[in-house]
Amino acid sequence: MSPAINFELRRRTFIAGTAVAAVTVGMSRKAAAQTAAPVGAESTTVFLTVNGEGRELTVDNRTTLLDALREHLQLTGTKKGCDHGQCGACTCTVNGTRVNSCLSLAVMHDGDEVETIEGIGAPDAMDPMQTAFVENDGFQCGYCTPGQIQSARAVLDEIRAGIPSHVTDDLTAEITITDAEIRERMSGNICRCGAYANILAAITQVAEDQA
Amino acid sequence: MRQFSYEKASDPGAAAARAAEVQGAKFIAGGTNLLDLMKLEIETPVHLIDVNGLGLDTISETEDGGLRIGTLVTNTVLSADARIRRDYPVLTRAIAAGASGQLRNKATTGGNLLQRTRCPYFYDTAMPCNKRAPGTGCGALTEGAFSRQLGVIGTSEACIATHPSDMAVAMRVLDAVIETVTPTGMTRQIPLEEFHQLPGDTPDQETALLPGELITHVTLPAPVGGRQSYHKVRDRASYAFALVSVALIRQADGTGRIALGGVAPKPWRRTEADAELPNGARAVIARLLDGATPTEENAFKITLAERTLAAMLKEA
Ligand SMILES: Cc1cc2nc3c(=O)[nH]c(=O)nc-3n(C[C@H](O)[C@H](O)[C@H](O)COP(=O)(O)OP(=O)(O)OC[C@H]3O[C@@H](n4cnc5c(N)ncnc54)[C@H](O)[C@@H]3O)c2cc1C
Ligand code: SF4
Ligand code: FES
Ligand code: FES
Repeated sequence: MSPAINFELRRRTFIAGTAVAAVTVGMSRKAAAQTAAPVGAESTTVFLTVNGEGRELTVDNRTTLLDALREHLQLTGTKKGCDHGQCGACTCTVNGTRVNSCLSLAVMHDGDEVETIEGIGAPDAMDPMQTAFVENDGFQCGYCTPGQIQSARAVLDEIRAGIPSHVTDDLTAEITITDAEIRERMSGNICRCGAYANILAAITQVAEDQA
Repeated sequence: MRQFSYEKASDPGAAAARAAEVQGAKFIAGGTNLLDLMKLEIETPVHLIDVNGLGLDTISETEDGGLRIGTLVTNTVLSADARIRRDYPVLTRAIAAGASGQLRNKATTGGNLLQRTRCPYFYDTAMPCNKRAPGTGCGALTEGAFSRQLGVIGTSEACIATHPSDMAVAMRVLDAVIETVTPTGMTRQIPLEEFHQLPGDTPDQETALLPGELITHVTLPAPVGGRQSYHKVRDRASYAFALVSVALIRQADGTGRIALGGVAPKPWRRTEADAELPNGARAVIARLLDGATPTEENAFKITLAERTLAAMLKEA
């Protein structure tokens, strides 16, 4: 006979005055901040190579790579959706690897090579992935598109480099480019307009052209 | 975000000493968890010590046939390493089941182990939370609170949060050991089993690390073989945290090892439950989750754990 699983429901504890508790939270955090303070400069000068061009900039240490690109270098192609790693709109590549630029500090990228959507093509000289997005209607409002395109290019490279994904069947065999592989690898890029089917078609077209 | 000063560390021992000496200092590796929490002022370091220049980004073989993983090896690199894929596939499976491609490219081994809970009340600074603001109460246990995602075992009256890492669940089943350097320059080895602490009355105290102590490596013992799998059940097919996850290693004779994610404040494993593997899913989960204290909202996790394991045992 199967044994029973022995458990007991936890009762909720009643906390009197949630608002009071919340106020105390604020106060205790302020008190903590008073005792500790920064021990050096609050801004830093960094040297980045962005889309092949050397750029030196002095930023508040709190500046994310995303804000450095958008607000300091006026490269507004890279978008801010959530600012918390949840949507992928800010995807760009650093030293050839795709990352969420909203969850990285500019000061951590001194000497790095950053590529943004502006660097991969222009309206009169588009990258094949940009062309495929246009040909397949891979967007509606277009807000997520720079991030989608950056990710899409990286996804094909990651498959070719043999990096396994959640849906890869055999971890020791060569990875084949399937719809399931592309979808899973693109899951870090959310599209509010739901252009997913056409995004998949665009990426598949490029993968086939490159094969 | 609060103001902070910033430095790049170049030596592990010196970095640990510096972190202990500067009040309010924190290490930053990939930054994917710390920066998220700093933007919300849940974490408020006044000084960041960037550990990315420490080297510590390679995987080497140990004398006893295991692997020693530098703390800065990214989740992507670790999951794709040919030795990991061949000899520790449960680890590749667990990592690939977590976060997104972009995040895994940035997330580091040590940072992943130290990521903080995803409890919604920990994230909501207008709510009480004993982990974020000790002594304010537990938002998840107030009347009408949502506790569906939270823990069912190893929790306490003070905190019912889970540890959200997938990677750590696989490392637990593999008996990984964490190597550190302390602020006085001593090196320590901490079995993963002893690394994450149960909340008790002090849910803000999450790990066995001393103030300033730096993770340098994670070591995996020699491969144990068997059929290895990781099954993660979540609200959507990708890019979501686990409701329940199961890391399983099953040998040809039916014996094996099991650890659960999504149910406890640490990767959840009991050797006496491992011993029940030849007797089927119900027997294993009855031992593994014996004494659980779920809320009405998350009691389903107990059934879900059993059914997930049953499905995996059928496959293996
Ligand atoms: C949208 C989103 C979805 C996610 N989904 C998942 C998921 O499904 N599964 C999952 O497992 N994870 C998930 N994650 C979490 C992700 O895996 C972690 O954020 C990541 O692993 C943290 O690693 P990091 O190097 O970026 O850490 P950091 O943010 O750099 O650091 C985290 C903590 O570790 C400390 N630290 C870092 N390195 C060291 C060291 N060497 N020694 C001592 N202390 C150190 C830092 O001080 C900090 O407190 C998700 C994250 C996001 C944003
Ligand atoms: S469960 Fe823990 S983290 Fe969540 S609100 Fe309660 S004390 Fe905070
Ligand atoms: S803006 Fe960076 S992931 Fe959403
Ligand atoms: S095209 Fe509008 S969000 Fe994707």
